[in-house]
Amino acid sequence: MNYLTRMNNAPATKGIGKVIFSSSLGTLIEWYDFYIFGMLAKTISVQFFPEGNDTAALLSTLAIFAAGFLVRPFGALVFGRLGDMIGRKSTFLLTLLLMGGSTFLIGLVPGYKTIGIVAPLLVLLLRLVQGLALGGEYGGAATYVAEHAPAHRRGYFTSWIQTTATLGLFVALGVIMAVKGSMSELSFNAEWGGWRYPFWISILLVGLSVYIRLKMEESPLYAKLKSSGETSANPLKESFGNKANFKMVLLALFGAVMGQGVIWYTGQFYAQSFLENTVKLEFMQNREIMLWAIGLATPFFLVFGALSDRIGRKWIMMAGMLLGVVLYRPIFGSLLKSADITEAFLKRDQPGSKTRIIEREPVKADSSQKNGELQIVTHSKTHWLLDNEIAFTESRADTVFSGKTGDMHLAADAKPQQVDKILPLSLKWKFMGLVWIMIVLVTMVYGPVAAFLVELFPTRIRYTSMSLPYHIGNGVFGGLVPFIATLLSASFTTDPLVGLWYPIAVAALCFLIGTIYLSNRIDKNVQD
Amino acid sequence: MKQLKKILGLVWMILGPVIICFLLAAAFENIHAQGNKDINKPVPWIIIIGIFTPICVGLVIFGYYSWKGEFDELPQSSAGL
Repeated sequence: MNYLTRMNNAPATKGIGKVIFSSSLGTLIEWYDFYIFGMLAKTISVQFFPEGNDTAALLSTLAIFAAGFLVRPFGALVFGRLGDMIGRKSTFLLTLLLMGGSTFLIGLVPGYKTIGIVAPLLVLLLRLVQGLALGGEYGGAATYVAEHAPAHRRGYFTSWIQTTATLGLFVALGVIMAVKGSMSELSFNAEWGGWRYPFWISILLVGLSVYIRLKMEESPLYAKLKSSGETSANPLKESFGNKANFKMVLLALFGAVMGQGVIWYTGQFYAQSFLENTVKLEFMQNREIMLWAIGLATPFFLVFGALSDRIGRKWIMMAGMLLGVVLYRPIFGSLLKSADITEAFLKRDQPGSKTRIIEREPVKADSSQKNGELQIVTHSKTHWLLDNEIAFTESRADTVFSGKTGDMHLAADAKPQQVDKILPLSLKWKFMGLVWIMIVLVTMVYGPVAAFLVELFPTRIRYTSMSLPYHIGNGVFGGLVPFIATLLSASFTTDPLVGLWYPIAVAALCFLIGTIYLSNRIDKNVQD
Repeated sequence: MKQLKKILGLVWMILGPVIICFLLAAAFENIHAQGNKDINKPVPWIIIIGIFTPICVGLVIFGYYSWKGEFDELPQSSAGL
């Protein structure tokens, strides 16, 4: 079929820009809302889940794990069903309101110090609502855009929706950095401090998005189905009780979104946490690297979405997974090695070494009584600049006990920590480049996936059928990356990159299944 | 390819229970009161094993369908679903 014939057969693209904009904006805001909680987890933990309180600790664990692993797939089922029964437009309007409302309310909950255990309970509840709403949003937005798009450009148009998860992260990082940069650490972390602003900002964004979405029309394919009375009466039963359709749900999960989820999570989140916790990069420089890498890689969602219209979805996604399998260990190894300061620091006293102390902060001391002895903890910070131009802070916390006879002895566990590394410009660019490669891999697996999922299922149960595998792939398989990484690191302590074996194994398995079982055929007709 | 899918079907059917056993063993080994990491707490394990059990059942069913040749031909349109 030539291009002109395809154009004649395709739905009109007039107004598609508005459809994409209004769908993408809402989805971006939902991602923003979901991310800021995770990014401000440390501050939220201090405010709502104080250490030493078992109940608060349990609620904190539930907020982290239940929202991503349990509630997101559940939200996919609840809102997927609604979307197939009452319509795409009303459903993803509802998810947007739920997400925005709960985010705003998190910003209004007084801290644990003020209202006690009610505070973490409320935050947990609101976080669960966030997870539920996120579970329902994506499938609706992707379906809505796909059902407006002409067949020969479905990959390209739906890839706009795919940019939102990454752009949401970009906006969340940017807002948090801007707020944090405009005030002192103390003001930011106070009970009613700056950390709440990103939550409050959400209500403005949601208000704007709801206004825009209210003006949208229902998806033409769904409207047609509804007017002819052919919508599904029980989408859950049809999706998962019908063997032929259930087979496709399983194939989508194990042959595409499972691998896509771990590649997505590793590139966007594990990389950031690795730079912060393993490489020990300074907070702002770490975020700056992520922001640049994300910003420069985001256009590739559209590139790969459009490419998938020409060569099919399968091989682009499979190539992204395979490259992840092959490149993750070299990339993360390079990040770790490039910022390693051990050797340069050991040589600091050698002749010709330019390693020097930039600043030595005054020593602070806390004293307390322990077992009848006076315990003094001295905190010292020294800022170094190494030969290789990496700056870092050496932080020491020495505990000295003063016995009853007045003799002083140092606790054996005093170990200096080398933290807050700041890389020179050349190395910073190298890091940006390496993270950028990982985000490009994200764009390869994630750019075409919406079109791929939409084409796999019929209109009457599309919302339900594509939402569940998507959220299991991303929420469960992707969301487990840090947990399994910690598990592997605890078991195999000598390899700092051991945590990568989980995403590598899942991506490899998915690549194998996808390569063997999936078809590269583009289903032109999604009107069935 | 059909033969390969049949053999792989067996692999997926075995892999499902293996993953559950692995998770149970890892939970048993890592949960302890003294630890302060997430892997030392029972709640994350309960949630993860709880959500992974149906996923692994799904993998076994996927393997079974593959073994039975259900994935030899994929439907060309929604009419085939």
